[in-house]
Amino acid sequence: MKRTVLLPLAAFALLLALWEVAVPLLRIQQIVLPRPSGIAATMAQTAGPIAHHAGQTLVTTMIGFAAAVALGLLLGFAIGASALVHDALYPLLVGFNSIPKAAVVPLLVMWFGVGTVPAVLTAFLLAFFPVAVNVALGLATLEVELRDVLRALGASRWQIFIKVGVPRTMPMFFASLKVAVSSAFVGSVISETVASNGGIGYLMAVAASDFNTRLAFSGLFVLAFMGVGLYGLFALVERRVTAWAYAD
Amino acid sequence: MIELEGVTLDYVSRGRRTRALEDVTLAVPRGGAVAFVGPSGCGKSTLLKLVSGLLAPTAGAVRVDGAPVSGPLRNVGMAFQNPVLLPWRSVLDNVLLPLEILRENRRRLAADRPAWEGRARELLRTVGLAGAEDRQPRELSGGMRQRVSLCRALIHEPELLLLDEPFAALDAFTREEMWELFQTLRRARPFTAVLVTHDLREAVFLSETVYVLATGPGRVAHVHAVALPQPRALADCYGPAGTALIAAMREQIRTARPEPAVLSGPAAQAGSIA
Repeated sequence: MKRTVLLPLAAFALLLALWEVAVPLLRIQQIVLPRPSGIAATMAQTAGPIAHHAGQTLVTTMIGFAAAVALGLLLGFAIGASALVHDALYPLLVGFNSIPKAAVVPLLVMWFGVGTVPAVLTAFLLAFFPVAVNVALGLATLEVELRDVLRALGASRWQIFIKVGVPRTMPMFFASLKVAVSSAFVGSVISETVASNGGIGYLMAVAASDFNTRLAFSGLFVLAFMGVGLYGLFALVERRVTAWAYAD
Repeated sequence: MIELEGVTLDYVSRGRRTRALEDVTLAVPRGGAVAFVGPSGCGKSTLLKLVSGLLAPTAGAVRVDGAPVSGPLRNVGMAFQNPVLLPWRSVLDNVLLPLEILRENRRRLAADRPAWEGRARELLRTVGLAGAEDRQPRELSGGMRQRVSLCRALIHEPELLLLDEPFAALDAFTREEMWELFQTLRRARPFTAVLVTHDLREAVFLSETVYVLATGPGRVAHVHAVALPQPRALADCYGPAGTALIAAMREQIRTARPEPAVLSGPAAQAGSIA
């Protein structure tokens, strides 16, 4: 366990160190690629505003994510439980998912104006597909024998769904959460970059237009940390809740 | 009393119709124990699913106590060759599962949960699993899981127990222990038992009537009454009467098997389903 934490941290530190020495060595201008130490200094100086924008992005992401989980679960269960719903909706779902979501942002801005709402909606649109597909798949691949055990006991369809369908689907549901939260995060940042007045995406767009490379990189690092943090959080939840699905 | 009258079952798969069972007529008296033996693909497991109501016959009728079976029977205990425990539940909660399904059982469980847990522990102790109540299925060996699944089939005191090669995955000694356990349980609280097995000795030890099925399509080829005294001892099966019966059945199954040349025909396909 120690090894899986320390090794990537060491690799990250090594990368930063290489970067730090490579920039002056290769005579790269700071405005093109600042040194990590410079980025760290900027992060420390602007910690207040960065934290404010990061908070905004986090809230946006989580609202979109929560909505995506609710609808994804509902749709996933419907598709997984009924062949009729599956045949009717699954192709639509796949088609919808193949639309690059960044292309939808202008429409959302047209309808809801610049701000938090398009960001929440973009997060939602990106996050709900993995949840719906995983839940549907988990339910549809329920072992016949598991169902027969329940049927032989006289269980109704609803009881089979509750007693084995839902628990059996939980590992796939929780596995989809860590993917979905990352997608929601991507969605909100895309929307913030294009059309917002807050959030890390907005901060980076402003920094870029000012040629403030250090601030842009600061935003990038904060995004990376937040992304890893969110993913890690839900990976941990997954491990805790569905330990039975893993071999020791 | 379970009655099958002229029961025929066709499987339809990708537009192809395969006859798994043809014109099976038999009766199992209340409290009786019967075994189905036969070569692979003779429709033994299909027969069990018909009795339990998991499958509906294409033609003919299945009746339990005179009433036609129209859906999965209520209050049946079932154990399969594959123990299929719910992996997210502890051993104890797996055993208690049947009590959570039917309303009358749910009421019984709600009224006195500690008593039912006690009964589950008692059952687990009988099959040699005392102390395993709080363990997870993945921590158990195949034989242990099989015994848990047997406890689960019995906890709700079913009147009918359906067993589909329940001991096939166990080693020879554990299997014989399970036979004796089965007999003990039946003497303590009588129930009707229908057993599907590949093991002729098991069929002879556990049942009062053995049906030998033949393939292509599956049908009853021979019926044997097991004339051994009750309760039985393992030695009875290995004695002259038991051995003679087993030898006779073995010969019948050998001849009931399709010729090798037919193996690529419809009979072999029925086998892959059943």
